[in-house]
Amino acid sequence: MGRYVIRRLLQMIPVFVGATLLIFLMVNVMGDPIAGLCGERECDPATAARLRAEFGLDKPVWQQYLTYMGNVFTGDFGTAFNGQPVTELMADAFPVTIRLTLVAIVFEIVIGIGLGMLTGLRRGRPVDTGVLLVTLVVIAVPTFVTGLLLQLLLGVKWGWIRPSVSAEAPLDELIVPGLVLAAVSLAYVTRLTRTSIAENRRADYVRTAIAKGLPRRRVMTHHLLRNSLIPVVTFIGADIGALMGGAIVTERIFNIHGVGYQLYQGILRQNTQTVVGFVTVLVLVFLLVNLLVDLLYAVLDPRIRYA
Amino acid sequence: MRGATHVTRAACAVAVVLVACACGGGAPAGGPDGIVTSSWGDPQNPLEPANTNEVQGGKVLDMIFRGLKRYDPRTGEAEDMLAERIETDDSVEFTVTVKNGWTFSDGEPVTAKSFVDAWNYGAHLKNNQRNAYFFGYIEGYDQVHPASGQPTAQTMSGLKVTGERTFTVRLTQKFSTWPETLGYAAFAPLPSSFFSDHDAWLARPVGNGPYAVDSYTRGAQMSLRRWDGYPGQDKARNGGVDLKVYTDSNTAYTDLTAGHLDLVDDVPAAQLRNVRADLGDRYINTPAGIIQTLAFPYYDPDWNKPGQEKVRQGLSMAINRQQITDTIFQRTRTPAKDWTSPVLGPDGGYDATLCGVHCTYDPARARKLIAEGGGIPGGQVRITYNADTGSHRQWVDAVCNSVNNALGNDRACVGNPVGTFADYRNQITQSKMSGPFRAGWQMDYPLIQNFLQPLYYTNASSNDGKWSNETFDRLVDQANAETDPAKAIKTFQQAERVVRDQMAAIPLWYQNGSAGYSERISNVSLNQFSVPVYEEITVG
Repeated sequence: MGRYVIRRLLQMIPVFVGATLLIFLMVNVMGDPIAGLCGERECDPATAARLRAEFGLDKPVWQQYLTYMGNVFTGDFGTAFNGQPVTELMADAFPVTIRLTLVAIVFEIVIGIGLGMLTGLRRGRPVDTGVLLVTLVVIAVPTFVTGLLLQLLLGVKWGWIRPSVSAEAPLDELIVPGLVLAAVSLAYVTRLTRTSIAENRRADYVRTAIAKGLPRRRVMTHHLLRNSLIPVVTFIGADIGALMGGAIVTERIFNIHGVGYQLYQGILRQNTQTVVGFVTVLVLVFLLVNLLVDLLYAVLDPRIRYA
Repeated sequence: MRGATHVTRAACAVAVVLVACACGGGAPAGGPDGIVTSSWGDPQNPLEPANTNEVQGGKVLDMIFRGLKRYDPRTGEAEDMLAERIETDDSVEFTVTVKNGWTFSDGEPVTAKSFVDAWNYGAHLKNNQRNAYFFGYIEGYDQVHPASGQPTAQTMSGLKVTGERTFTVRLTQKFSTWPETLGYAAFAPLPSSFFSDHDAWLARPVGNGPYAVDSYTRGAQMSLRRWDGYPGQDKARNGGVDLKVYTDSNTAYTDLTAGHLDLVDDVPAAQLRNVRADLGDRYINTPAGIIQTLAFPYYDPDWNKPGQEKVRQGLSMAINRQQITDTIFQRTRTPAKDWTSPVLGPDGGYDATLCGVHCTYDPARARKLIAEGGGIPGGQVRITYNADTGSHRQWVDAVCNSVNNALGNDRACVGNPVGTFADYRNQITQSKMSGPFRAGWQMDYPLIQNFLQPLYYTNASSNDGKWSNETFDRLVDQANAETDPAKAIKTFQQAERVVRDQMAAIPLWYQNGSAGYSERISNVSLNQFSVPVYEEITVG
């Protein structure tokens, strides 16, 4: 187990370097960011040269990348164009997005797995068909449509929620955005759980457990659900990273000042430091969550062991 | 997964409780101490007077600073604010006297030194101020801000403090209307705390305007409160303003209609169709000092042949401005009739007849003129624009459509989108445009000079198409040297006629400022820079 974890952690290094280098090059290809800094008029050459030197843009790309990586290892992610250190932007943005992602994940787990169990155990009944239809609709409708619609109905027409989330983004204001963010994944989780449950329901160990006279509840949670969760956990794990990075649309609709907002601003202003910094952290989150998911397999199914 | 059900139940319970609590707060206070909430965008650059070149940062500067002059929010006229007198005999050397009794909100008196120090800071190369060129007319600017290399002086030789409240300014050339440029935010005075503890100042700016910054969370919100010690006539008539950063103007508009926000000063294009029904007469749509044009790459020999002005005139006449402003912009823009802006007024140099037939839709003459001028270079016009903001795609497509219809050729004009604004500016600076491109100009100060010189003078700061014309340059120099303002404006108009005859750039339309506000507030108006006049707003 320990050796497995170390091996996995070592594997992350090339992935990490490759991902950051790619992002670095991509942002660089977009052109000189200083050109957009002075509004509709050209920066005067002297000021532009000074700004370029300040942000290290006057050096060749490989040198910029090396300096950047060197700084990252000391915890310095550079400065955004508005003079704020990127770490400060991260300290503001990541807690908000993590809260939003947590709300979304909780929805996925509670509603997704709940509905999945319900439909998996009642395959072919009206409940099953109904839920399947609803998930189909949810998957088909794009996030921004769901978001804008809920915002309009709950926020403007009925006045149940505030249409926008305040800067502090407390948990209660994140419930609707979290639901919107989770919607599509939630539908997938439902369908995955349903299939898995329906399959395992006829498995020998379930029959054995029932034959042993175990209470139905124990059979369901400890035998059936636990064994059916492996594909679901894989999906949810991979989804954590996707939700954090993909929150751009939801965050824009509900005015949430999280990672998506900073990334969007960074891309619009071609701010290499912001974009690369945030993506670097997202890559790390993704890698770590994946490792965690793999380790969770052993917990769910003791037959799986890591050497 | 032992205990999973407990966790699930707990999560459910928490979720239910949270939903139940998601109710709004109490009603905010009204009256003279009522707080206005307004939409805001994150300023692009650090918030310093000489470093702010976009509307969002400018909005704050307008609230917390007062300079020597101020532009009347209604007429746009430059009026004395902190200036007691600005005197000159030769339009080169000016003596400025600062009014007595003004202080910054931290109690420090505003003196001649507050101005001179601030201007020297703004001009100096090492401070990276994006608006440094505003001080370019002052003698000694070349030494503190050379075009290349290191500065050779710390201060501008043309600025001298001659007393507690007086200082002199020497310009490098005659510039009769120079005092009228002093209402621009870059010329604001700065307190000594700006220089002694710069980081603390940036975290919570201190100025001398009707409002003082109460708290500032970057990227989220700035709370401004009325400063009761403000000595000016334009005291705030509300308790303060909370500027809230919105990532999307649509969300701000939604918040306004849901009653959670008092003021949006940027009604999104998508909502223009509903805005009358949603807000009634709480929707403002007034002219602002913004003109949009199509510029041409004169560095490209294909676009700079003698006699080709006929092609440009023809293109101008092939654009149905009225139809586009009516349908796409829902009358929030006005077809352009000259190269300035209606906010200048006829006395300030606006002339609704100047462009005349050249800006009137006339497909038959358009075809004829383009043919006479040798046809469109390369057979196709590609209008370059940035596709990330400002719904530019819609109007560029409409302009092309209009040109194609007028010329009876489906391939005569196409749009050429560029991904981001930064990349777009990048291509312009590198002179890479292969055809006409979107150009916009928001005035710095309401002067006809500001609509002509920076855009069309040889090698001027915003002459993106690198247009150059000796007659125009000579007339501008002559106008600047004119001591009588009325004569200066006449001469500028003469210069503008050169722009017209050569069709240096095709004027498209003047942009209006558009804003909407809630029932809680009244007395809302926009100034010529399309910024709300916050201090006049009353609550309740």
